Amino acid sequence: MAIIDPGHAAKQLIYERIFRGATLSAAILVLLILGGVAVSLLRGAWPALSHFGFSFIAREIWNPVTDEYGALAPIYGTVVTSLIAMLLAVPTGFGIALFLTELCPPLLKRPIGVAVELLAAVPSIIFGIWGLFVLAPVLQRHVQPWLIANLGQLPGVGHLFKGPPYGIGILTAGVVLAIMVLPFIAATMRDVFDTVPPMLKESGYGLGATTWEVIWNVVVPHSRVGMVGGIMLGLGRALGETMAVTFVIGNAHRISTSLLAPGTTISSSIANEFTEAVGDLYTSSLIALGLLLFLITFSVIAAAQAMLRRLERRTGVTV
Amino acid sequence: MSRRQRRKIKNSAFLTLSLVATLTGLACLGALLWTLVSHGLSGMSGRIFTQMTPPPGSQGGLLNALYGSAVLTLLGILIGSPIGVLAGTYLSEYGRNSRLSTMIRFINDVLLSAPSIIIGLFIYEIVVVRLGHFSAIAGALALAVLAIPVTLRTTEDMLRLVPVGMKDSSAALGAYPWRTILSVLYPAARSGIVTGLLLAIARISGETAPLLFTALNNQFWSTNLNAPMANLPVVIFQFALSPYKDWQNLAWAGALIITVTILLLSISARVLLALLQAERGGGR
Repeated sequence: MAIIDPGHAAKQLIYERIFRGATLSAAILVLLILGGVAVSLLRGAWPALSHFGFSFIAREIWNPVTDEYGALAPIYGTVVTSLIAMLLAVPTGFGIALFLTELCPPLLKRPIGVAVELLAAVPSIIFGIWGLFVLAPVLQRHVQPWLIANLGQLPGVGHLFKGPPYGIGILTAGVVLAIMVLPFIAATMRDVFDTVPPMLKESGYGLGATTWEVIWNVVVPHSRVGMVGGIMLGLGRALGETMAVTFVIGNAHRISTSLLAPGTTISSSIANEFTEAVGDLYTSSLIALGLLLFLITFSVIAAAQAMLRRLERRTGVTV
Repeated sequence: MSRRQRRKIKNSAFLTLSLVATLTGLACLGALLWTLVSHGLSGMSGRIFTQMTPPPGSQGGLLNALYGSAVLTLLGILIGSPIGVLAGTYLSEYGRNSRLSTMIRFINDVLLSAPSIIIGLFIYEIVVVRLGHFSAIAGALALAVLAIPVTLRTTEDMLRLVPVGMKDSSAALGAYPWRTILSVLYPAARSGIVTGLLLAIARISGETAPLLFTALNNQFWSTNLNAPMANLPVVIFQFALSPYKDWQNLAWAGALIITVTILLLSISARVLLALLQAERGGGR
């Protein structure tokens, strides 16, 4: 009696090839998707890019009537709202991560950690309508008048806080973005802080250092790469975030020196105008905005991933 | 003030700030949930689940939007997750640390945090422009593209957690890798892979931006996959920004439904993962 049936083995080999082929094609598809995104955006953006040339990214004008488009105002809005978000979210996220790893009573550590992570699961449109109906009125009534009265007169930064308190605008969008990216930054930083060997921290305490001194001189230097990676991951989210911003930005295609004024971002311009865009040049200009956003976020996210990967190789911990 | 005192004060100051930061974060979550629940409940009624989205000024519900969202999410996950699971299997079992796998892993992580509106534009270009009209299937494809990276990542991680001994035993019995994967690895990693699916559903069911110019919206009941389809996120977007009180109330009710669904999904994914870890730690 043959123990191995040759026909059976041959069939097994065929199945193996088929299965392996299926998994490989699925994996290749992931590469093709990214390639496809780049190629299709480039093709869609081509009419606008060839028509306007380099001036597309250097001009502020956005006029569907005369069919002239420039991306400077959306680029400005994207960059400024993301910067505001980072200025607010990075220190807060750092504080939360610190609290969770160094100060929190063990009993509360999990619930608070889970709460922060749940905040990350809330879809962006919810932040958008909350921003519009709750946050914007609060900022308009209580925060913005104070900013105008107290900071509006300062030399240098005063012009940032001039004008009427609209409620919606660049500043409000930045605050909503900050709340949105906060959980990502806090969770990544917490995971990075957790990778610091206890021995290092205890050595610090052994020398008589206070908790803050151990954090600042041991934990932070040890986690620098991971922290920057986490911050850039948050920045990537902020730059590309659409719905939360669309609700509160005001959609005005102009660059204004005041942070309280309405503005626009790349993603909110696309969300607001794409389905209403008539004419090939208008649609193509919006896709060109998409291409710009793709290039910006791709480089930020890729840099963040490269940093987190470097950390992973060094510590063997996946963040 | 002595140096020692200064150090102590600095210490307490920064630790207090970190406590304040945490309280701020929790306050944001609390404020968000409170508004959602208070506004959402007041807009909630039996009509939400039995009537279609109304024209301004009259009463109605969200039935067509709820149905559309369910269909789009289900289709998205049906198309996206097999690709994600298979690709994750390749990375974990065949490709391992080859150059191709490293690249795919990197690209996947980039896709995982890529702005979803870009994916919407991509599907618009390759599907909507070709077909010449907005359609539910285009929306489902956009959601599928968003589901792939999530399922890929969890599948790979979960397969890697399966003890090598199980794989070796199967190989020692003469099983080819495909047989080992289907009969040993997938069952062993089942709850992990299901977690990935739950997370992917949670991720795509609240997505708005990629649906804006793929599935668009539809004020009426439609089951035609080749036509625009209503869906909860886009309805919330339109109704919340409208000046009509009825529409805004419906938007809040929809927002509450979506958030509760997503939080429940994320929590079950978490519970499943915790159960899995307990089993790993205690059982084997």
